[in-house]
Amino acid sequence: MRHDHLISAKQLSRDDIETVLDRAAAIADDPPTREAVLGLLFFEPSTRTKMSFDASMKRLGGSTVDMGSVETSSVKKGETLADTVRVVEGYADALVLRHPSEGAAKMASEFVDVPLINAGDGAGQHPTQTLLDLYTIRENAGLDDLTVGIMGDLKYGRTVHSLADALTNFAARQHFISPESLRLPRSVRYDLHEAGAQVREHEDLEAILPDLDVLYVTRIQRERFPDENEYREVAGQYRIDGDTLAAAPDDLVVMHPLPRVDEIAPGVDATDRAKYFEQAHNGVPVRMALLDLLLENAGDGGESA
Amino acid sequence: MSDEQELRVSKIRDGTVIDHVPGGQALKVLSILGIDGSGGETVSVAMNVPSDELGRKDIVKVEGRELSQAEVDVVSLIAPAATINIVREYDVVEKNRVVRPDRVTGVLTCPNANCITAGSEPVESAFDVLEDGVRCAYCDTILREGIAEHI
Ligand SMILES: [Zn+2]
Repeated sequence: MRHDHLISAKQLSRDDIETVLDRAAAIADDPPTREAVLGLLFFEPSTRTKMSFDASMKRLGGSTVDMGSVETSSVKKGETLADTVRVVEGYADALVLRHPSEGAAKMASEFVDVPLINAGDGAGQHPTQTLLDLYTIRENAGLDDLTVGIMGDLKYGRTVHSLADALTNFAARQHFISPESLRLPRSVRYDLHEAGAQVREHEDLEAILPDLDVLYVTRIQRERFPDENEYREVAGQYRIDGDTLAAAPDDLVVMHPLPRVDEIAPGVDATDRAKYFEQAHNGVPVRMALLDLLLENAGDGGESA
Repeated sequence: MSDEQELRVSKIRDGTVIDHVPGGQALKVLSILGIDGSGGETVSVAMNVPSDELGRKDIVKVEGRELSQAEVDVVSLIAPAATINIVREYDVVEKNRVVRPDRVTGVLTCPNANCITAGSEPVESAFDVLEDGVRCAYCDTILREGIAEHI
């Protein structure tokens, strides 16, 4: 992979994606070694994504240094992100950044020479989630001739934005299912249009469900709504359970970036369609593969086996 | 162009005349160019001059300074029909249209309050110029209407 940093799914070609997924698939049999140090900078709480990166770097034979929570760091004292990354760059061979502002990873990457990975920037992008999503789709449905339904909070859902961008590389048919107030933002619709993607937007799942190969469910958050009642009413319409799925194809793949609250009823978990735990586990081999490729490209951080 | 208007445009001795600015946008043009009078240039502005093409147009004259094409291209964002006249010894020696640049930096502020460029980071705003708007190079937000309000 020719990239110095991974900031957005938009920068990834089909070739880039397949390179990462192929390496991830081979990792269990032939794990590479990278004795590198990965800097973890999480300006928002996200224990899960942080643990996944931590585990990935350690399984490669490397180690991690963690900025800790924002409350206990220099950020609390008013340090800029640009300063923080320039300091931590000296302690690490690569950086992972989660930040509440859109564009944070892009800006941070301009201040450092080590590879920087965007682990979520506000409502912007979350490209490593997309790589593990694609890995899961490839394992379960294949990436060719694919029809995907993406449902829930499409406006603020960074995992949705990244996934939609990446799927344009595979000419997937994309259906977006959400309440009007949470539809895809203009910038993402613009990119999909520019990429010539086959896109349709819906307010309910029912009509399109029988056509789907993959249903990607995301959480609708309470804070997106002015009052509790409105939230309950809207969120209730985008919840799936056994009854909802009765009309779905037998081989439908149900995914979710997790954590879920109650968008997917627990009754679905035991069915063959439920792939969200497998999806979460795929984070480790995919992030191992990505770190291996970026560090290889950066020309340091140890030898690849 | 009538004789009277020709006179208005070429009256300065040396400098730059920006003509065919949409009526009422002259001060925005100066703002885009970073000209606020502190540089000591003699600046004159004619606003809402009758124009065949634009109905009403503004004219901006900056004396003693020849603005480069790259400097004035940013003006195209709010004045796509603007012409740039370079004047020497009362003669227009060069006359060019503004060309839309691929990117503008440090001129616009991002309309997304949650954009990293909106905070205290040491970074200039940067916008890619689209066919019908501009787009923040950091957060991807697209700005179509009201570009002038974000200068
Ligand atoms: Zn922005």
